[in-house]
Amino acid sequence: MAQTGKHTLTVQASTQYLSDVRAFVADCAHNAGFQSSDVEDIRLAVDEAFTNIVEHAYNYDTSKEVCLSTGFNKNKFWISISDEGKPYDPTSYKEPNIPERIKQGKGGGVGVYLIKKLMDHVEYKTIGNINQIRMSKSL
Amino acid sequence: MSTFNINVKTGSNIDILEIRGELDAHTASELERYFKKLIDSNRHNLVVDFSELEYIASAGLGVFMAYIEEVRSLGGDIKLTNMSDRVYNVFDLLGFPTLYDILDDVNDAINRFSEQSSAQ
Repeated sequence: MAQTGKHTLTVQASTQYLSDVRAFVADCAHNAGFQSSDVEDIRLAVDEAFTNIVEHAYNYDTSKEVCLSTGFNKNKFWISISDEGKPYDPTSYKEPNIPERIKQGKGGGVGVYLIKKLMDHVEYKTIGNINQIRMSKSL
Repeated sequence: MSTFNINVKTGSNIDILEIRGELDAHTASELERYFKKLIDSNRHNLVVDFSELEYIASAGLGVFMAYIEEVRSLGGDIKLTNMSDRVYNVFDLLGFPTLYDILDDVNDAINRFSEQSSAQ
């Protein structure tokens, strides 16, 4: 099937670029034909994935880069986000116990949970020194 | 760059934090700074007015997660008001409506604090 509407964005790994990343992916999702509530879901999922890379893969080293690539066909829209930092091990994922985290005064730790809730399919892989999260949502 | 700012209205025993813009990993520390400052000043009855908040990510939610127990243990609360559907949906995804007092507007939150203090 022909792939249409492919776009890429490379930015420094800094939270100061979060709004640019959100604007980029919202624009791509909108152009793919999503309604605004789905665009918001995709935008938040990408925000969470980008933030995790900045914080955990690169440990706030803003000299590093993150590459985003989006595309869609008539069935689905996908986003791939790549980095060269510390790999995320998806087998270590446990659904967070949010009331317990609140009781312990712990903020955060819910990004991957949100990504999984917001997107239809989420896959992590590492090839060589490149880590990639690939997420998709049906159109 | 994400834009975010806070305006605090101080009442006799209630503080209202009007938050505006985008609350994400770039801006969440600003909200955290205000919570810390208020708690350190023994201000524990906090109302957050979300009327002008356009966007929230988990880093923003994390600030509410981190401080609610401390504030409640000091006899206060953080009450959340005026959320747009878009922002409420993110809180709802994490089950926050059963864990936080989420109200329609600031007056409801102020009344709730009055009810709670007269019930004690």
